[in-house]
Amino acid sequence: MPAATSVKKPASIHKKNQKKSISYAKWGYLFIAPFFLAYALFSLYPLLSTFYNSLFENYMNGLSQVGPNFIGLENFKTVLTQGDLSKYFKNTVIIWLMGFIPQFALSLLLAAWFTDLRLRLKALGFFKTVIYLPNLIMATAFSMLFFALFSDAGPVNSILLNLGAAEPVRFLSNLWTTRGLIALMNFLMWFGNTAILLMAAIMGVDTSLYEAAEIDGATSTQSFWRITVPLIKPIFIYVFITSMIGGIQLFDVPQILTNGQGNPNRSSMTLVMYLNKHLFSENFGMAGAVSVLLFLITGVLSGIVFLSMREGTLGKGGGKR
Amino acid sequence: MRTLQKVISCGLALLITASVSACGGSKPAQPESQAAPDASAASSEAPAGAGSSEKVLRIYCWNTEFQDRFNAYFKDKLPADVSVDWVITPSDDNAYQNKLDTDLKNQASTADKIDIFLIEADYALKYVNSDYTLDVRGDIGLTDDDLKDQYKYTQEIATDGNGKLKAVTWQATPGLLAYRRSIAKDVLGTDDPVEVQKQVSDWDKFNAVAVKMHDKGYKMLSGYEDSYRTFSNNVSAPWVDETDTIRIDPNIMKWVEQTKEYTEKGYNNKTKLWAPEWNADQGPAGKVFSFFYSTWGINFTLLGNSLDKPLAEGGAKEVGNGIFGDYAVCEGPQNYYWGGTWICAAAGTDNVDIVRDLMKTLTCDPVTMKKITEDTEDYTNNQTAMNEIANSDYQSAFLGGQNHIALFAKAAPNIDMSKISPYDQGLNEAFYKSFDDFYDGSVTEEEALDNFYTASIEKYPNLKRPA
Amino acid sequence: MNAENTQRNEKNRLAAHRFFCYLILILITVLCLFSFYILFINATRSHPDIQKGFSAVPGGSFWINLQNIFHDQNLPVLSGIKNSVLVSTGVAALSTYFSAMTAFGIHAYDFRFRKAAFAFIMMVMLVPTQVSALGFVKFMTAVGLRDSFIPLIVPTIASPIVFFFMKQYMESALPLEIVEAARIDGSNEFHTFNFIVVPIMKPAIAVQAIFTFVSAWNNYFLPALLLNSQQKKTLPILIAQMRSADFLKFDMGKVYIMIFIAIVPVIMVYLLLSKYIVRGVALGSVKG
Repeated sequence: MPAATSVKKPASIHKKNQKKSISYAKWGYLFIAPFFLAYALFSLYPLLSTFYNSLFENYMNGLSQVGPNFIGLENFKTVLTQGDLSKYFKNTVIIWLMGFIPQFALSLLLAAWFTDLRLRLKALGFFKTVIYLPNLIMATAFSMLFFALFSDAGPVNSILLNLGAAEPVRFLSNLWTTRGLIALMNFLMWFGNTAILLMAAIMGVDTSLYEAAEIDGATSTQSFWRITVPLIKPIFIYVFITSMIGGIQLFDVPQILTNGQGNPNRSSMTLVMYLNKHLFSENFGMAGAVSVLLFLITGVLSGIVFLSMREGTLGKGGGKR
Repeated sequence: MRTLQKVISCGLALLITASVSACGGSKPAQPESQAAPDASAASSEAPAGAGSSEKVLRIYCWNTEFQDRFNAYFKDKLPADVSVDWVITPSDDNAYQNKLDTDLKNQASTADKIDIFLIEADYALKYVNSDYTLDVRGDIGLTDDDLKDQYKYTQEIATDGNGKLKAVTWQATPGLLAYRRSIAKDVLGTDDPVEVQKQVSDWDKFNAVAVKMHDKGYKMLSGYEDSYRTFSNNVSAPWVDETDTIRIDPNIMKWVEQTKEYTEKGYNNKTKLWAPEWNADQGPAGKVFSFFYSTWGINFTLLGNSLDKPLAEGGAKEVGNGIFGDYAVCEGPQNYYWGGTWICAAAGTDNVDIVRDLMKTLTCDPVTMKKITEDTEDYTNNQTAMNEIANSDYQSAFLGGQNHIALFAKAAPNIDMSKISPYDQGLNEAFYKSFDDFYDGSVTEEEALDNFYTASIEKYPNLKRPA
Repeated sequence: MNAENTQRNEKNRLAAHRFFCYLILILITVLCLFSFYILFINATRSHPDIQKGFSAVPGGSFWINLQNIFHDQNLPVLSGIKNSVLVSTGVAALSTYFSAMTAFGIHAYDFRFRKAAFAFIMMVMLVPTQVSALGFVKFMTAVGLRDSFIPLIVPTIASPIVFFFMKQYMESALPLEIVEAARIDGSNEFHTFNFIVVPIMKPAIAVQAIFTFVSAWNNYFLPALLLNSQQKKTLPILIAQMRSADFLKFDMGKVYIMIFIAIVPVIMVYLLLSKYIVRGVALGSVKG
């Protein structure tokens, strides 16, 4: 598996090979052509056309088409003044934080335990397998399952009643239990992933540092906070930002759990659910405006990720979606 | 460790394979409410048939109700070379209409033409007033004589601005109040529909019974939306005025007031329409006295829910299975209707003859329609046939021997659909869903109204909030 | 550093710590598996049975539920499975192959826009698919590809995240000398890629194939906007459809068995390949 290769290494190889490989440059273009063609056709063009659409009034009134009429930035005005966009942004951030904070804390704890040389836990393979499992589950199926489990007459309530609760807890009619369930699902789906990531980072730390610390009489806890944490800070930033961008895109779980309503009181309606509402009713102008705003939000965040990557803080890191 | 994993996954693999082969092998007892096997064969054949010379009758709808009627009363008359392709999209969140609209717009350019689509009263006008539906008389060829027995209101709502009839229906959907006989006896001292009706004949009396039910540990209604239709059908003006502004009728606010009171005082069970808890309340374990239901709801939903052993598992429709026989119906506090499904012929259909035959059989033929009512207890759109049954000694076993057709026959002529707008489905749904939060106590009335306007404009961008 | 005593104390302390760790780990395991346990139990129970309340032991209606769901003509599960397999396989194949190709292009050749191309891919990596969904759906409708699998499969040729993973892997596992050697043997570049580079990349391709397969299998947003005929729907759409209640007359046994069908294949594959998957995650992850 790739070690923490810095960006410099391949560059130096290239310098060495430059004289010989000049005539092969066209192959480079040829090999990357499919990617760029597909990207231009299926992502870039649709992206630009989305932006273009945001400037028009364009929707269906019953069976008759209204527009497209050019209305400038009118859609943006509507979204920003009447669309409650800030409310949905707030919902998204709150739900994300409710999942992320416990997720990060637990992941760090697990990563520390799993890599603790003195602790030497057994059956690590089993635990790693178990904690990563929820990540692979179809989010729609997972939230449908939670909907069934936590419905007013579902198994969880029947357990609570057996344990002596006076009446069923109406999880999906209450603001914080609804958000809590969404956050819990996100937590379950991602903590294993984060734990394994942090573990890999911790294992990348030079073991001689720990040995030296042990000789100096440092406890496990001390060496964890004084050595490990400072050294793997870059991966913290990486985890934080990727999770934040994932959080901004939160959709499947709340959509299915609340049947697209984002109830109660639209307090679990996320940004992408809001976008989906307009896409679904084929209101192209408004959907376009929401898309552009979403793009700007993620654009700023992506910029931060990109910069932190360029600084070489993220030598490791492959990816999956 | 890894062996264990392998054992588990191999076990699961076996389970799946075994289950797939098992269901290919033995067939379960064919449940009535389930799709008939030949129908499912037809629908899966359809895509293959599209390419060949075989004719395809393509029908758009949102649930299986019409499909059941079609299979039971019309399928035999289909020419042998015609297969049926059912395109079923649930109606939640306008999904059905969105799908239908997209495909109607492509009707001219596609080979897979829609022949028939179904519409509900709540948005009938949208399609009736469009060019996507054919004239039942002029284009399809039904005569005034064919149509004479249908209830007038079922034709009025389906008639466009030029007086052309664009859709027909096999059912009339007057609403009644269905109640549990055993609970009526316990609380009101009688289960006789005439006596019970006297005690719930207006809203004040209805509320008084709710108190009595509560005192004896029962619930008057199951959920928030149960009585919605009785209020929304008796409004004084349509949802949307000439300036595309949403208007909330005072009668709808009366529903809000009543439901809030019922919720706070515990007269209802806080369920939501169609939710599992709501369905369960209609079953053997339910403690709910009454449900507002129209014709189709009694044979389509209430009956299924009343059984202990479901039809799908071979349960019988007979006294002794759950609370079969424990329901009865009376008129209730106010006249209303609920639902109703109209059949439209899509412009561009290449099967006009079949469509005419279908419309004639299911919506005009007194013999077939009388049979539908006798078989399924549904109320059909044929005055002669219905009055015949109403005046006969017909008895519904499910309703403990009551002749409910007589009640329906009395209520049907009173149905008034003149206040319907093309937006009714979306706005009704948005309204009661927004107010769920109010009853749950998570928003104020003003916030619920605000959410209602927001959701409505998301669905219909041309509508406006009142100033 | 004296005496056995300190050592024994240390040992006891460690044992206590270890015990605590196992306790927490077991709790977490329960938390992770609890919902799947109930899923499994309830998939074997009939609707009325489920409504009677929670049970810790399986019921006897597994086959009946399965038969019910397979015979429900309005919920085409078999075609749903078929469609999901088709789309996911297509996505896994195209995205891994072309990402490896793109990574190879940037890794092995020096050309003028090499750095710019790399920077561009890094930049678009974090643009969510949702923001271009509107244009995408309109475009696909315009060219008559709505309700088709092509817009779900072909665009994954450009998968920046898979590309990034492949690039990282190449840097450590693909010395350019191998490519040079192939050139001397007279192999053409395309041939070199297919028959020398791809085999070396097998472990990375396998890991990414699993990830892309799973994420395509689970994908809901775009398929829900694009596919609308019953025969084309994938499993996540069918599950979302079950959430719209009035349509199915709610049979909870069917709901649970449907979820069971949707996630069991993935769990099976995962259990068989978990070692590689966990190792793959350790290489880094971008959350979707």
